[in-house]
Amino acid sequence: MNLLTLSWKYLSFRPLATGLNVILLAFGLAIITVLLLVQHQFEQKMTRDAAGIDLVVGAKGSPLQLILSSVYHIDFPTGNIKMEEAQRISRSRLVKQVIPLAMGDNVQGLRILGTNHDYLDLYAVKFAAGKAWEKPFEVTLGSESAQILGLKLGDTFSGSHGISVGSHDHDQHAFRVTGILAPSGKVVDRLVLTSIESVWYTHDEAGGAEPDTTTQGEEVSIVEEEGTLEEGIDPHLLPVAARGFPISDQEREVTTLLIRYRNPMAAIQLPRMINSGTSMQAASPAFEMSRLFELLGVGISLLKGLALALVVIAGLSIFIALYNSLKERKYDLAILRTLGASRAQLVALVFLEGISLTILGAIFGIAFGHGFLALIVEFTSQEVVSLVDPWIFLPEEGLIFGYALAVGIIASLIPAWSAYQTSIAKQLTKT
Amino acid sequence: MLLQSTSLSFAYPGQPSLSFPDFSLSGGEAVLLLGNSGSGKTTFLNLLAGLLSPGHGQVILDGTVLSALQGHRLDLFRGQHIGIVFQKPHLIAALTVKQNLELAQFLSKKKRGSPADLLQDLGIAGKASAAVGTLSEGEAQRVSIARALINTPKLILADEPTSSLDDEHAQRVITLLKGEAAKIGAALVIVTHDQRVKSEVSQVLELKSA
Repeated sequence: MNLLTLSWKYLSFRPLATGLNVILLAFGLAIITVLLLVQHQFEQKMTRDAAGIDLVVGAKGSPLQLILSSVYHIDFPTGNIKMEEAQRISRSRLVKQVIPLAMGDNVQGLRILGTNHDYLDLYAVKFAAGKAWEKPFEVTLGSESAQILGLKLGDTFSGSHGISVGSHDHDQHAFRVTGILAPSGKVVDRLVLTSIESVWYTHDEAGGAEPDTTTQGEEVSIVEEEGTLEEGIDPHLLPVAARGFPISDQEREVTTLLIRYRNPMAAIQLPRMINSGTSMQAASPAFEMSRLFELLGVGISLLKGLALALVVIAGLSIFIALYNSLKERKYDLAILRTLGASRAQLVALVFLEGISLTILGAIFGIAFGHGFLALIVEFTSQEVVSLVDPWIFLPEEGLIFGYALAVGIIASLIPAWSAYQTSIAKQLTKT
Repeated sequence: MLLQSTSLSFAYPGQPSLSFPDFSLSGGEAVLLLGNSGSGKTTFLNLLAGLLSPGHGQVILDGTVLSALQGHRLDLFRGQHIGIVFQKPHLIAALTVKQNLELAQFLSKKKRGSPADLLQDLGIAGKASAAVGTLSEGEAQRVSIARALINTPKLILADEPTSSLDDEHAQRVITLLKGEAAKIGAALVIVTHDQRVKSEVSQVLELKSA
């Protein structure tokens, strides 16, 4: 028997009041946990995935959409651009590096991204198996993609037209897995990477027979090719470009360009040059993302306010519960004093009760927060949400224990003082 | 002399001062404290227990002057050397019978008696793990006596210990108190106006109304 056991016995003696207080506090803290996790992971992912990309160039449309689709691969592309025009930009003195991207197909909802080996270097990928593509229709799978598709080196699969699941399949040409990436925590994990040529040839083959898929609404951006391969040429044997733009004697298109500036001057001149001088648009990931966070900020502040209100209410409720139970227990306190307890021990007892309640609340709150996030991730098909890992524990979650402790101490102050003041003789004679 | 009180007086704020007769008691002896309502029986008991500090005079228990002890040292001394039985059992409802006794041991920082043996002695061994709320009045009072005895105190103070009990239980409680006090050599002071008790204890101290 000690004070901690005694305080715990008192708490468990009133399971309903205790449970209510713990749950109330846990909900408030759970919201804070979710906010912490989501905010931290999104910001971290967003910055990491955009590292090394100064500017994105694509078809005219929403700049935010352009960034979301080409950097984070979570929205639909704005359209395609002529490769000739794209190449003109790459020759500018202001540009250090251009990585062309071609999108348009998916396999089970995972995007097939046509690009070159510079894209692999951009994210500093490591191979878990195999190596990068060298011929058309060879693909490299991101770690998560490999897991979702359940494919190994040498396996083949065919892509579907469009960016989301449910469109018709391109079954004329099977992709073959020649490389699988190690997990990196970056956007490449959920991609299927191949050469731009692969994306082109897939659509060339389908060419005439293909129904007009743009009627399906969302697929405005597919690489629809005018060019076709000459009769009798096996595309599997053609070379692909590992660096720079692919070589083609036909008029081809790509979806977007990821650009790195040569010097700070480019940040001022290049976007203006592209936006006013060409039919394309340029958007900066840093700028667009900070604009997005600004927009989201209102919602986050609102949720934070709600969480704070819940925590304050929980604090009040704990205070009232302690105060009331103490009034009922004045006699108990007097008895404890006659048994040898000091005033300090009674004060400690009250604080222990308040703090045990709030620490329990913090433990449940953090558990609820992670569990809730896991549920959301499990049951939403939104790709944005699946970026969040609910089982990452942040050092900031220690703060939640801090909050809980503060609430416990503040809620116990007045009851503890009243326990300190209890006069034994007066209590005991008041029968 | 184990217990000695000399020229004790106490005044509640705004009320005339109460003075109490000098008296002394040896270990193993029992005394009945009688008097009308308002004669200050409970006040006297509180002074003897060190729960109130006297305006004048002193209480000496086994060589220690109670009023000379301060704060936690007084609390600890009381916990270790004085066992108090109240009119109502006033057990801690959140704990079991045995835990109530262990709590008394913990707070007095002593581990002298064995709760199980004591409960055996008082005939309530079967109730050791029972919740306090399930005990009958008589059983609860016996547990509160066990709690007063667990630290083998030098002084046992009982404030109307039988007033809410029927004849049979009142008899048992008094026999118990006397027997246990004699066994551990403690001085026993019983405040009562219960006729059933008066016949059991020969030594009487009568308080006069002021």
